[in-house]
Amino acid sequence: MKITINGKICEAAEGQTVLDVARANGFYIPTLCYLSGLTPTGACRICVVEVEGMRNLVASCSAPATEGMVVRTDTERVLAARRFIVELLVSCHPLDCMTCEKTGDCTLQNLAYELGVTASTMVGEKYDYPVDYSNPFIVRDYNKCILCLKCVRVCNEIQGIEAIKTIQRGFDTKVATAYDTPLQESNCVFCGQCVQACPVGALTERKAKGLGRAWETRKVRTTCPYCGVGCQLELHLKGEQIVKITAVEDGAPNKGRLCVKGRFGYDFIYSEDRLTTPLIRENGSFREASWNEALDLVANKFKQIIAESGPDAIAGVSCARSINEDSYQMQKLFRAVIGTNNIDHCART
Amino acid sequence: MTNSFGEFADAKMFLCIGTNMTEAHPVASTFLKNALRKGAKLIVVDPRRQPLAKLADIYCQIKVGSDIAFLNGLMNVIINEGLYDKDFVENRCDNFEAFKAKIMEYPPERAAEISGVNVETIRKVAHMLATIKPAMLCYTLGITEHTTGKDNVMSTANLQLLLGNMGMPSAGVNPLRGQNNVQGACDMGALPNVFPGYQKVIDPAAREKFEKAWNVKKLPENNGMMMPQMMEALVDKKVRAFYVFGENLANTEPDIRKVEHELSSAEFLVCQDIFPTETTRFAHVILPAASWCEDDGTFTSSERRVNRVRKVKNPPGNAKPNWWIFKEIARRMGQEWASNSGPEIWDNEVSVLAPALGGIKYSRIENDGLQWPCPNTDHPGTSFLHRDGVFTHGKGIFNPVDWKAPAEVPDKEYPFVLSTGRRLYQYHTRTQTGRSGLDFLMPEETADISVADAQRLGIKPDERVKVRSRRGEVEVRARITDQVPPGMVWMSFHFREGSANWLTNAVYDPATLTAEYKACAVAVEKV
Repeated sequence: MKITINGKICEAAEGQTVLDVARANGFYIPTLCYLSGLTPTGACRICVVEVEGMRNLVASCSAPATEGMVVRTDTERVLAARRFIVELLVSCHPLDCMTCEKTGDCTLQNLAYELGVTASTMVGEKYDYPVDYSNPFIVRDYNKCILCLKCVRVCNEIQGIEAIKTIQRGFDTKVATAYDTPLQESNCVFCGQCVQACPVGALTERKAKGLGRAWETRKVRTTCPYCGVGCQLELHLKGEQIVKITAVEDGAPNKGRLCVKGRFGYDFIYSEDRLTTPLIRENGSFREASWNEALDLVANKFKQIIAESGPDAIAGVSCARSINEDSYQMQKLFRAVIGTNNIDHCART
Repeated sequence: MTNSFGEFADAKMFLCIGTNMTEAHPVASTFLKNALRKGAKLIVVDPRRQPLAKLADIYCQIKVGSDIAFLNGLMNVIINEGLYDKDFVENRCDNFEAFKAKIMEYPPERAAEISGVNVETIRKVAHMLATIKPAMLCYTLGITEHTTGKDNVMSTANLQLLLGNMGMPSAGVNPLRGQNNVQGACDMGALPNVFPGYQKVIDPAAREKFEKAWNVKKLPENNGMMMPQMMEALVDKKVRAFYVFGENLANTEPDIRKVEHELSSAEFLVCQDIFPTETTRFAHVILPAASWCEDDGTFTSSERRVNRVRKVKNPPGNAKPNWWIFKEIARRMGQEWASNSGPEIWDNEVSVLAPALGGIKYSRIENDGLQWPCPNTDHPGTSFLHRDGVFTHGKGIFNPVDWKAPAEVPDKEYPFVLSTGRRLYQYHTRTQTGRSGLDFLMPEETADISVADAQRLGIKPDERVKVRSRRGEVEVRARITDQVPPGMVWMSFHFREGSANWLTNAVYDPATLTAEYKACAVAVEKV
């Protein structure tokens, strides 16, 4: 079928929403509560558009595209509606962007900037929740929560953990664990998917605090060093420092998902305990050595053993965590240089 | 895995046996849960009522080490009630008659007696498997870490052949790999019997190919030793030098006292690692290596997907890339190797020498990785194997297998069965997670015991208990849980203090030499 968006005729398929078609054709429509892959809730209304023949503005995330539909994404009426929503959200949102971890990567901040909302014209009640710093991974500041409920949906519908839901009603509505306990006392598994979904500064990575701004970091895709699923990570780096890790959205196989180890288990590479120089045992303890000395010692000892006892008197195990190229290289050393097939790794044990 | 993680979400049915997926492969389990939300069925077979079991349509709480009896009993029902895929079995499989004869020795009554799962449930599982197709069979180390590990694997394959659940999406036999690159280390030929790409070292043609590629006169023609054999040979000095790259054997292998005796017997032990570990204590030379994030390379995941790993920082101090260290030793022993980086090693050697990886080049895996087999650079990769029931050997082969009890079973002196595994918040010997703040979520090891046993022995939650086996003893806190059945203790090997490997039994599957981490006999007492 065909629909018209801002004057452009666009191809649309059965089941696609107006938002899907608009995005596929390069039209910008902001969203706050929309989550790709899940049934839209149409809760935040920031994605409203004007549709010819319809009296009210339509939430594009939940409006199915229909044949001949004529859509406008940027009329004054649309922008006014969005501006009003942002003003409402800002009316009870702390404006501490200067120190907020989310600055530069905050959808609400971007929308306020885009729509020219400087401060709210509405004065009302503010939240006064204590900020939860009780665990080392996730900072929870519900003063900044805009109740888009993405965190609740990813926890329940994507990760299937069901650790958080909303409690209370009206202005007091709040995302919480059962009995509003800290996460570590709930069935939360610290996958941090809620943090990745949060469009504002309500949920942030504690380890990232103070390490760098969104615009200072470069993003590098890599593969998780833990289990065999092979999740695709996006490292957010400032210099050599990982500021935080998120999942590559739509990357195979994890499609934007991670677990606690993949998301938060990275600091070991910076540990003070790292081995930094070759060590040789001497008189019962280790002394530092140069690479030349250590490698000569290994090569000479191997040569001596091969000469005295044959190559099969040497054996080795490779590492199932390191890269393929390292394992290839080690088995080549054993087979082609030492002359033995005594090479194995931990797959069997 | 014959199939892929991407197929989980659309699967109609899962049979998960010996896999604690929500803890050991959490992200994979989220796709399984998504499928359940869409109406997929789940059968869980596991001695522990772990989180997956709580989601199951049918949960079979089998006794530790009874997998083959259970699966044979299940297949007995499937065959006797004519519920199997006759077309697939007749046209796509070999050796059905011999297999059937063996299965007839396992009527469900016998299977029930051995496995502890009642006849009615076995029938129910058989009927569900026969009516909802295809099913993805997933397993992890609960299948392999037994003295019958290889036969356990055969048995899962027999079931999927019998049901015709092979060679199509959302089906197959799917072992989830425990470590990021176990699959890759196998693919690369870090095994005593195969070159890269599973080309056999005993095959003269394969040797000739690699002799030419590596520019050497003669490659060794006999299979080498497997890891447990190497370590035992350290004691009788048949192996004089042992090179351990990135493994903390002193904690990961069964029976720590035995392992440490072996390591301390080494005439010359080289350890190449990123941290000092319990294993490097025994080294004569320690070589400091670059870690994850400090080198460019690839990992190959459980689903045979070759993924990029990228360098974003320099190694600390004088630590060096592992491939460089091996190359430098080769040079000192008289061989100059040309490749000078991960990408060069892969593009110029690995993918040239391993036919299934021939089409995988760095330039093609910038974003999503490629799944082997991928024989040429136009090939899109392979999401599931054995398409249309065409197997490596032509037809799928039924392997009749018999149940055998674990090597050590509970008795009067050691009345509990100890089974081991991994927990969500730690990983292996904590070299990584222990330095990443995860101790907050799991600060120490526990002995997981049933409510009934705790009551009988007067053990309160978090009270310290002593767990003893014929090999050693540990003192840990008791975690009283409904996950564990009476008569069982469950522990992990993450913490040196209280590691299950002080207790585990160093007995092995005769073919694979995989140790029986999943079953030994222990006693539990209050401290």
